[in-house]
Amino acid sequence: MSNLKSVFNYTVLTIVSIVSVFPFFWMVVSATNKSVEVTKGRLLPGNHFMENFRNLLDSTNLVNALMNSAKIAIITTLLAMLVSSLAGYGFEVFKSKTKDFVFNFLLLSMMIPFAALMVPLFRMFGTISQIFPGIGIDTMTAVILPTVTTAFLIFFFRQSTKMFPKEIIEAGRIDGLSEWGIFFKLYVPTMKTTYAAAAIITFMSSWNSYLWPLVILQSPENQTVPLLISNLGSSYSPDFGMIMTAIVIATLPTALIFFFMQKHFVAGMLGSVK
Amino acid sequence: MIPPAKANLDLIIKTDRNINQKHRIKNTIIGWSFVILATIMICTFYFYPMARALILSLQSGSGTNLTFVGLRNYARLFSDPTFLITVKNTVIYLIIQVPIMIILALFLAVLLNNPKLKLRGFFRTAIFLPCVTSLVAYSVIFKYLFSQDGLINVMLMKFSLISEPINWLADPFWAKVTIIIALTWRWTGYNMIFYLSALQNIDHSIYEAAKIDGASPVQQFFKITIPLLKPMILFTSITSTIGTLQLFDEVMNITQGGPGNATMTISQYIYNLSFKYTPDFGYAATVSYAIVIMIVFFSIIQFKVAGDKNE
Repeated sequence: MSNLKSVFNYTVLTIVSIVSVFPFFWMVVSATNKSVEVTKGRLLPGNHFMENFRNLLDSTNLVNALMNSAKIAIITTLLAMLVSSLAGYGFEVFKSKTKDFVFNFLLLSMMIPFAALMVPLFRMFGTISQIFPGIGIDTMTAVILPTVTTAFLIFFFRQSTKMFPKEIIEAGRIDGLSEWGIFFKLYVPTMKTTYAAAAIITFMSSWNSYLWPLVILQSPENQTVPLLISNLGSSYSPDFGMIMTAIVIATLPTALIFFFMQKHFVAGMLGSVK
Repeated sequence: MIPPAKANLDLIIKTDRNINQKHRIKNTIIGWSFVILATIMICTFYFYPMARALILSLQSGSGTNLTFVGLRNYARLFSDPTFLITVKNTVIYLIIQVPIMIILALFLAVLLNNPKLKLRGFFRTAIFLPCVTSLVAYSVIFKYLFSQDGLINVMLMKFSLISEPINWLADPFWAKVTIIIALTWRWTGYNMIFYLSALQNIDHSIYEAAKIDGASPVQQFFKITIPLLKPMILFTSITSTIGTLQLFDEVMNITQGGPGNATMTISQYIYNLSFKYTPDFGYAATVSYAIVIMIVFFSIIQFKVAGDKNE
């Protein structure tokens, strides 16, 4: 009886695992095959990866898109860490009734769907364009700014700050450190794992973001990786091998981060509810 | 005449109060300086645009030529067939996909929580893996997997499950099914991780005690596991609901909203109204308020449902 049950469990888990992994497997295998072989449903690795890769480099501006995405994701992550951890720390350490109210008010922004912000934000950056062309529509700044601060990250840092020993803050004050000194010299180094988890989540969502870049970026030289892939995917005579190669390359950074930092990644996701 | 000692004490209290007050003001300034940047950013990029959208939703016209039309945009919503279709599509995704995904995630989490299970780490990683892909990348993969001559049809025919290829993306019904399958593939593992972490926080002795009292595994699941996981189920169903109501990347890249408007979501309609058709920012803002209202509506329902069961 219990044997039967465990056979059932393993069967279910194996099937679900295969279904979960299969699209990855197919993507990697297809990246090594010619387009015709992909359409024929070949499931064995071939030796056309370099050819697909060269086609990709020749027909798209992949390197440029990778650079743009990297630049946006890195700057967004750095700014987000600074702004959100300052706020999370501030809301927890310098509590007051007004600050609690402000904090709760900021949390409301989590309920606002991006689709509702898209049009007014686009118009806002349109107005900015007329005064400061460098930070308006079709600029990296416009992609980065609205996504830097999220209530989720502030909440995440506030929750984590609860775990930061208050004695360290007191000790810092007695030793004559300023409040900023306490934050930068004591808090930041102590909370390394919190920062790691938050940075992974932010980097991934910035690297993968699609709708806002699609709206705000217009010139081809500003294209990011998701925009490039979306364009490849909607072509009329798709070169499947090449497209799969592009998707593999686009997925590589986030997949590597996931494998090397799996623990932090999961911790980051769960941070919001613990 | 005040005795000298008391005068002294008064002075001390007074200066103390002064220092205290100075200290308090200084503390208030420092406290706010930590949180002010984030507060300004959220107000600038969330609340201000929301307020602008409200004004915008009372205007109409193409591009930047906008005039006030009062509530006409809101009246237009109810007679706009495309809007009504996108609402219907979005609600279909919501009421079919979210429950399927949550039940599946819960089921898998319970299986994986068995401490005697071998290869737990492997299964967990495999099932969670879809979460590392970008929405665009996986959408493009699914688009090709489910195309008329795609691998899914080839395999289904090979195993004689179907006699002729299903036109997944060009049939209104199957196109929706494809979107639902894609969403379930991408997000089940994500939700499962939440349940798994909640399950691991449940003290195992509760189950031991239930077993001694003669509770069957099914009873244990419904009488212990489900009630203890209720906050997590509420959390995941609200985040999934909000996510589904904002659905855009997948539909845009798998079906482009087609065939016809059969898979189009509200978010995509807003995008089309603003950037694809002749731009009508006013009406687009009105439609976006429809999503806000739906999110609030569904969240309240979920809180109510979860709250009632608590009593």
